[in-house]
Amino acid sequence: MPPAVETKALTRVFHPKKKKEGKSVTALAGVDLRIEQGELFGMLGPNGAGKTTLLKILSTLLLPTSGKAYVAGFDVETQFQAVRKRINMVSGGEISGYGLLTVKENLWMFTQFYGMKSQLALQRIDEMLDQFGLADKKDEKVRALSTGQRQKMNVIRGFVTDPEIIFLDEPTLGLDVNASRTIREYIVDWVGKRKDRTVLLTTHYMAEADQLCGRIAIIDDGRILACDTPENLKKMVKTSTMLKLDTTHLENKQGLSSIRGVEKFTFTDNPENNMTSLRFVLEDEAAVSDIVSSVIAGGAKILGLRKTEPTLEDVFIKLVGKGFE
Amino acid sequence: MAVTNDLRTFKNAAWLGWQMEANWTDPFLFATYSIVRPIAGTLILVFMYLVITNGETETAFFSYMYVGNAFYMFVAEVLFGVTWVIHDDREHFMTLKQVYIAPIKFYVYVFGRSAIKIAIVSIGVLITLAFGVFVLGVQVGSGGVDVPLFVLSLLLGLSMLLVMGLAMGGLTFLTAKHEGGINEGVAGVFYVLSGVIFPITVLPHWVQGISMALPVTYWMEAIRRGLMPDAMSEIAKGTGLEGLSNLELVGALLLSAFAFLVLSVAVFKYADKVARRKGKIDWTSAY
Repeated sequence: MPPAVETKALTRVFHPKKKKEGKSVTALAGVDLRIEQGELFGMLGPNGAGKTTLLKILSTLLLPTSGKAYVAGFDVETQFQAVRKRINMVSGGEISGYGLLTVKENLWMFTQFYGMKSQLALQRIDEMLDQFGLADKKDEKVRALSTGQRQKMNVIRGFVTDPEIIFLDEPTLGLDVNASRTIREYIVDWVGKRKDRTVLLTTHYMAEADQLCGRIAIIDDGRILACDTPENLKKMVKTSTMLKLDTTHLENKQGLSSIRGVEKFTFTDNPENNMTSLRFVLEDEAAVSDIVSSVIAGGAKILGLRKTEPTLEDVFIKLVGKGFE
Repeated sequence: MAVTNDLRTFKNAAWLGWQMEANWTDPFLFATYSIVRPIAGTLILVFMYLVITNGETETAFFSYMYVGNAFYMFVAEVLFGVTWVIHDDREHFMTLKQVYIAPIKFYVYVFGRSAIKIAIVSIGVLITLAFGVFVLGVQVGSGGVDVPLFVLSLLLGLSMLLVMGLAMGGLTFLTAKHEGGINEGVAGVFYVLSGVIFPITVLPHWVQGISMALPVTYWMEAIRRGLMPDAMSEIAKGTGLEGLSNLELVGALLLSAFAFLVLSVAVFKYADKVARRKGKIDWTSAY
């Protein structure tokens, strides 16, 4: 049985239209990936890491510059019709939809493009609208929906055809907590009940990847830096100590990286409330006192200090040397 | 199985097209608009003609111009319509990528959407012709109608326009703000060079060579010969195609339409591949 997704040295370079518009951008740089059937697989990385580009190639919207990509064993470049029969895709933050159609009509029309029997499609649409809390909106025109409701409708559009493999590109992007939870729960439930179905989900929400995915690939600058289960990824920083430090605005942070025992550190300045949040991966816990001394010497006050459990963000910091923000 | 899928795609795309075309306002306003628009468009040309000829409408040439102009609506609407489907889906509704990755033949979807445009334009053409015959004395049907010639050339012509529209659709994949200009340019070329409102013999000799390579030229002539054989025999010596029998005319239409079919399919396939390579399928320009 072929893997659900397989890429070999997959590379995608975007060239500017004119030379004066800047340099070429390498969105994917030789990505090798193998996702087995039945996996709920996450691609975790900051904006611009190459996640969406990968999904566009796998969903046959975009051609690679070099390398190969296979979905369900079919080459996305030459056997795209066979690929399209097996996939669907949902992009987060998407407000697409035919505004003149009702929610139900919009969803029904897409099911017909996937060859679903009309009766079954209507039944499934009703069930899913109910699950996503949109039952009372089914006869409303799509143009009357809020952004979040449209996004939910698009998630339904992706799942209603029951694809073998679904690509979810930041499916909860910009949604409120409740809507995000509904979608996450649905994804877990869907793949849990259908052992032969595969989900490839991209996200830059660490907790989302941690909560949902059986395996995660961490991607940055078009390269996969690590690929494993969340637990195994976190083991990469298990021997280290994670420290979170909140201070009043700290002007000079450069010296912190040279403190003995500091493996990696990132910071976020929040000028609105005059705060700086620092996050450290420490090889040696003894470095804490030096960090505190250095912060105080820098003129800032300590607002909070705590040791944390390793998270995927710590893994990312360890691998890349920077945070997501 | 593939045919069933294609038929279903066509049917659903046509249904969607109808919703897009007819659902933007209430039925009464839509019906009024559908009647007034083609007549108003035609009257501009009619008044220009009346000013030039001092009010003479009962001539074979007036009928020639009127019928050509009425059927040109198909050319403009289908060419513009196909590209508008792609533009609208991509830029306005942002659904193009969803349709594109669906397991359908994309061109069947485009044909389905365009079929509704043809149906709506057909009503406009019928209204325009009826207005011409009953109000302006256009000589449609005087001396009978060559039904087989008319029906055959109509079907051939509409099919030809659809595939030409497909090529324009392919180009739309690659452009953002220019497709309107490209459409108008191409439609304008057909308007000037294909004997729509004046015979191609008016054109310089070397331009007539280009006219003779365009299927729309043969289509216009065949439609007129089918609808108004008497009027056409009156001005036969001036159309530039008088040397062709009806059969030869249809043959020429078929041949040139086939050449354009091959060209259009090649352009569409090439543009499709370039669009995938350049990432233009789901590209929105904010224009």
